[in-house]
Amino acid sequence: MRPFAYQRAQDAAGAVAAAQAHAAEDVRYLGGGTNLVDLMRLGVERPAHLIDVTRLGNDRIEETDDGGLRIGAAVTNAELAANFLVLRDHPLLADAVLHGASGQLRNLATVGGNLLQRTRCPYFQDVTKPCNKRRPGSGCPAREGEHRNLAILGHSGACVATNPSDMSVALAALNASIHVTGPAGERVIPMPGFHRLPGDEPERDTLLAPAELITAVTLPPPISGARTAYRKVRERSSYAFALVSVGAVLAVEDGRVSEVRIALGGVAHAPWRAERAETELLGEPAGEEAFAAAADAELEDAQPLRDNVYKLTLAHNLITRTLTELCP
Amino acid sequence: MFGSGLCGLPLTPVTSEPTQVAHITLIVNDEELRLSVDTRSSLLDVLREQLGLTGSKRGCDHGQCGACTVLLEGRRANSCLALAVAHDGARLTTIEGLADGDELHPVQAAFVEHDGLQCGYCTPGQICSAVGMLGELAAGWPSAVTPELEDAPYPSREEISERMSGNICRCGAYPGIVAAIEESAR
Amino acid sequence: MQRIEAREKVTGAARYAYEHPREDAAYGWIVGATIARGEIISIDAAQALAAPGLIAVLTHENAPEVHPVADHELAVLQSPAVAYRGEIVAAVVAESAEAAREAATLVRIDYAESGHDVLLRADHPKLYKPDVVNPSFPTDTAVGDFDAAFGDADVQVDVTYTTAATHNNPMEPHATIAVWEAGAVTLYDSTQGAPAARDTIADVLGLERSQVRVISPHVGGGFGSKGTPRPHVVLAALCAKVCGRPVKLAVTRQQMFDITGYRTPTIQRLRLGSDREGRMSAIGHDVVEQTSTVREFAEQTATATRIMYAAPNRRTSHRLAALDVPTPSWMRAPGECPGMFALESAIDELASACGVDPIELRARNEPDADPETGKPFSSRNLVACLQEGAARFGWAERDPTPAARREGRWLIGTGVAASTYPAYQRPSGAFARAKPGGRFEVGVGAADIGTGARTVLTQIAADTLGVDTDAVEVRIGDSALPTAPVAGGSAGTASWGSAVVGACRALSLALEEGSGAEGEVQATYDTGPDLEARADYARHAFGAQFAEVRVDVDSGEVRLARMLGVFAAGRILNPLTARSQLIGGMTMGFSMALLEESSMDTEFGNFLNHDLAQYHVPVNADVGDIEVAWVDEHDEHLNPMGSKGIGEIGIVGAAAAVANAVFHATGTRFRDLPIRPDRVLATLGEDL
Repeated sequence: MRPFAYQRAQDAAGAVAAAQAHAAEDVRYLGGGTNLVDLMRLGVERPAHLIDVTRLGNDRIEETDDGGLRIGAAVTNAELAANFLVLRDHPLLADAVLHGASGQLRNLATVGGNLLQRTRCPYFQDVTKPCNKRRPGSGCPAREGEHRNLAILGHSGACVATNPSDMSVALAALNASIHVTGPAGERVIPMPGFHRLPGDEPERDTLLAPAELITAVTLPPPISGARTAYRKVRERSSYAFALVSVGAVLAVEDGRVSEVRIALGGVAHAPWRAERAETELLGEPAGEEAFAAAADAELEDAQPLRDNVYKLTLAHNLITRTLTELCP
Repeated sequence: MFGSGLCGLPLTPVTSEPTQVAHITLIVNDEELRLSVDTRSSLLDVLREQLGLTGSKRGCDHGQCGACTVLLEGRRANSCLALAVAHDGARLTTIEGLADGDELHPVQAAFVEHDGLQCGYCTPGQICSAVGMLGELAAGWPSAVTPELEDAPYPSREEISERMSGNICRCGAYPGIVAAIEESAR
Repeated sequence: MQRIEAREKVTGAARYAYEHPREDAAYGWIVGATIARGEIISIDAAQALAAPGLIAVLTHENAPEVHPVADHELAVLQSPAVAYRGEIVAAVVAESAEAAREAATLVRIDYAESGHDVLLRADHPKLYKPDVVNPSFPTDTAVGDFDAAFGDADVQVDVTYTTAATHNNPMEPHATIAVWEAGAVTLYDSTQGAPAARDTIADVLGLERSQVRVISPHVGGGFGSKGTPRPHVVLAALCAKVCGRPVKLAVTRQQMFDITGYRTPTIQRLRLGSDREGRMSAIGHDVVEQTSTVREFAEQTATATRIMYAAPNRRTSHRLAALDVPTPSWMRAPGECPGMFALESAIDELASACGVDPIELRARNEPDADPETGKPFSSRNLVACLQEGAARFGWAERDPTPAARREGRWLIGTGVAASTYPAYQRPSGAFARAKPGGRFEVGVGAADIGTGARTVLTQIAADTLGVDTDAVEVRIGDSALPTAPVAGGSAGTASWGSAVVGACRALSLALEEGSGAEGEVQATYDTGPDLEARADYARHAFGAQFAEVRVDVDSGEVRLARMLGVFAAGRILNPLTARSQLIGGMTMGFSMALLEESSMDTEFGNFLNHDLAQYHVPVNADVGDIEVAWVDEHDEHLNPMGSKGIGEIGIVGAAAAVANAVFHATGTRFRDLPIRPDRVLATLGEDL
C-alpha cells in the first residue's frame, strides 16, 4: 500500500477543500473503508491522501417535509437496515442492504461508500493484468475471458463490468436522489442515473466530478398501496455478490398495474432500471403472463457474452417471479 | 550453501521518504493505549504486530473471511479493513478481553461445550462475531431471512446461520457453532 | 472428552506460526511472476530498495544457493526460469509488513515470455503415463478382459465426468518465522508434520537434521496443503539468513492459489457393464489430469475404483499433462475424493438404467475380497453403513422417479453414494515419561491441524497407562520430539497412537520393574518393526453418504437441505471430535459439488478467482442439517486402538450423493462440477 497522509474533515466544505488541494487521482474520501482499503491493499487504488468523511455530522436518518426520508452519507449499512423509518417506509431498501456483505462489514460500510463500490470484475482487481477501468486503454480481457458474472446490458467494447451494490439496486427502484457537494457547489443527482454506463470512459463509475462528495441520499414518500421485494440470486446462500438481483415495487388497482418499478443488479455497469418493462406493464392486467412478456421486452436488446447467456433466463425468471409474488 | 555470498544487488536502502505516522489512542480491552501507527496500519495490524494481541486472526486481509472480527464500540467489525488512524479514541474488545479472569464468557464456554471449532483459527472471530450478533438480535435488528422485517427476530437456527455467514470456517464446524450460539441466545 | 486445547483456542491464547513473539523480526513479502512461462531478463530493485524501511531484496541474482531435492518447487530463487504465473521470483524484507508489501510492488522485473499452455483437455497432445500415481500406486491396472466384457454387457454406462480445480484454503494462510542462531535455523511454521518438514528443509539448506528445528504447536487447518513444506518456507529461511535477523513471512490469500497446492481438475471416463439386475461384469475408470512442469504430482484418482465393487473384468488408468500451471498437490482425500465422485455417480446412473435401487445395486456388487489383489479385507461394512443410513434417512419412503417431488418453486431430491478411504499406518516414534507427582508426559512429533489429535493421543496414553487424562500431558508439534509421520492419509491417530501405546506400555513395564526409581522414568517406542511384521490385509474404512437438495426452478440455485453420513471406521476413539471431523469432510464434499471451482485464466495463466470472495467455500447459511453416525466395527488387524482414520472419508462420496440428489430432483445428470446455477438453469429453462 502506498504511504498516504490521513486527514479528518470536520465538515463537508472542509472535506471538499482538502480534496481540491490534490490531484484527483491522488486523493480519496474515506468512509468505512470496506472497499477502499481492500482496493488499496490490492494496489488498485493508490491515493497519497485520505480524507476521512465519517465525522461530518451526516450520520442520521430523518423524515423530510414532503414525507420522504433523508439518509446521511455516513450512516452505516447496518444502521440503515435496522432503522425504523426505513423499515416502515422502504423495507425494500433494508432488505437489499441485508442481502449484501456480512453483519460485520455492514457495521463499517457507509451509505456513501456503498454507492461508490467498485466492480468485482476479477481483471479489475488484479493489477498485473490489463483493464480499461483501472488503466484506460490497456484493454478488456474479460470480454473474451472470464465473464460469467459480468454484464449483459449496456456494456461497451471497453468494459463489461457490473456494479456489485445491492443497496443501489433498491435506491434505483425507489427513485432516490443523491445529494452531493463539491467545488462547484451542491447538486442533486437522481437515481437511476447516478451510475454511468461504461461507454468509452469505463474508468468513470458515476457522474461525480473530482472532489465531489456525497452528503446524503433522499427518498420520496412511499407509494401508497405498493408492495416491494428484493430477490438476489447467488452461488452460495449468503455473503456473496449477486449473479442477478431484482428490486421491485408494484401497485395493483382493480387488477391492473397502477405503479411498477423494476431495478436489476448484476446485469450492467449500473443498477439497471427496467423502464421498458415498466412502460409495457402500466395499466395492463397484473399477472404472470404480462410480467413475463414485459421481462422479455426489457431483455430484447440485451447482448449477453459467450458465457453469461444464462443471465437472460435468470433475469427473465426473477422479474416474472418477483412481480407475480407481489400481486395481491 | 551460503559460501557464495551475495552478489548483484546492493542490500542497503538508498533514501527514505518520511513515513506517514499518526499518534492515536485506543482503548483495548479496557486499557487505554497511546500508540504511534503507520497510517496504513489496520486495527488488526496494530493488535497483532504492535500489541501482541494475536487472538484476532488474519485469514484474508480483505474482509472476505471474518477471522479478524473484533468488537469496535461494542459492534462487530472486520479489523483488517478498519484503518487504525481512522478509529482514534475507539474502544475495542478482542477475544482476549471477553473472559472474566478465569471464567470464560458464556459464548466461549458454549463453543467449548459444543465443539464449535476444529483448527481454531476462525474461532476468535466467530466468537466476537457471535457476541456482537447476539447484541444485534437483542436490539431487534432484522436479517435477510427475518420473516417480517419489522417484527422482532427470533434466534432460530436459520437466523443464526445467516447472521454468522460473515465468518468462514473451512473445517466445517458450523453445526457446532450454531448449536453453541443457540444455547447462548437462550 | 472435550477438545484439550479448546480453551486456548476460544480465548485467543493458542499461538499459530506467525504469532510467536519475535520483537527483532523483519517482515518478508513474496513477489510472484507475472507471466506464465518464460525467463526473467532483468530485475531493477533500485526503487524498492529506496523505499522507507526496506532491508533487502532477494532475487535469483543474489539469493544463496540451495541444494536440489526431489521437489523442485523448493529450489527457490535459483534460476531466471518461470514455470507458472505466481511462482516466487523475488522477496522483499522490510521493517514492517506494510513497507514490505509496498516495496514488493516496486521491484521491476522484465521477462521474455515463451507462450503458455494451461488448459487441460481429454485429448491434450502432451498426455503421458506417469511411472506411479501418488504416492506409489500403479498407474494403470487391468484384470480379465474389460473391452470384451463391457461390449457384451446387457446394460452399459459410458459417461465422462469432470471436476474443477479446487483449493484447500485453510483459514490460516501458510506462514513461517525463520530464526538463525549459530548456523542452525528454527522455523515456526504452519505445517502438518514438523519432523518431515525438518528433514526436507535440512536437505534443501544443506544442513544436518540437528541444525533445523520446526515448531508448530497449533495449525490453522491444512487439508493437505501444509503436508509438505511449500517454497515460502525455504524463502523465509533464505531471507533470515541474508538479513541476519529473524524474518516473518506469510503467504497472502491470493498467493496461496499459486504456490501452496490445489486439487487438479480431472476428466474421468467411467464405463460400467452389468446384467439387467445390475450385477457388474466390467468396470473401467480412465482419468486425465494435470501437473506442473516443475514437479510431477499424479493424483491417484482411480484407486478407489480398484477396491469398491466386484466385477471380473476391470481396468483403471491415469494420464497426466504437465502444463504451465501451479503445481497441484494433496487436498483432502487426494484420489478417493474426485474418483469416488465419478464412480458413485456412474453407479447411480447404472442403478437408474437397471431400474434397481442404488443401495440394492451396491449390495449386489459387494466383493468377498479385494477385487484386484484378492487380499482379504481386514473388515468391510459398506452394506451395513448403507442399510443403517437408509433407515435413519427414511430411504424406504423415497419415490425413485426423478423430478417427481416439488414444493412451490423448489424441486426436491435425495441421493446416496458410498464412501471409502484406506486405513493407512506409517512408522512412528514416541516417548513416555513418568514424572514426580504421578504425572506423565508423552511426546510424539505429531500435528494437530484441527483434527483433535492432541486430545485423542491424551486419551490413548491415559488408557494405556491406566491413569486419568488429567495426569497426562501430550507434547506434539515440534521436530525435536520423536520422529513421526505427517498428519495426512488419515493415518495420524493410527501411526502416532500406536507409538504412544508402545511407549506407554514400555513405561508401565519399566515402572513395574522399578528401574530408575529415582526421578523420571522414560521409555521410547518405534512402530517400524511392528508394521513390517503385519499380516497382508486390504485395510479400508467405508461409509454411506445421503443428501437431500432443493433446486430453485427460477434461479437454478441448489441448496443442501440435509445430509447424513454413516461410517464404519473401526473404533471411534472420541465421538465429539470424530463427529466434528466427519461433518467437516462432508461439508467440504458438498461444496465441491455445488460451489468450489478455481477458474483458470487461459489468457494470463493463473487462477482468476484467487480470494475468498470469488472462490466460494461454504458459509454458515449453506449448511443445512448434517448428521453423522457410525456402525460398530471391531477389526483386530489394524492397530492397538482398533481405529481407522476419519480425516478424509467424510469428503469421499459426498459430492456424488449431492449430485445424485440433484439428478433425482431435476431429472438431469450434471456430470461437471460444480453444479452452478447457470448450469442448472440451462436445463430448466424458462416458464417452469
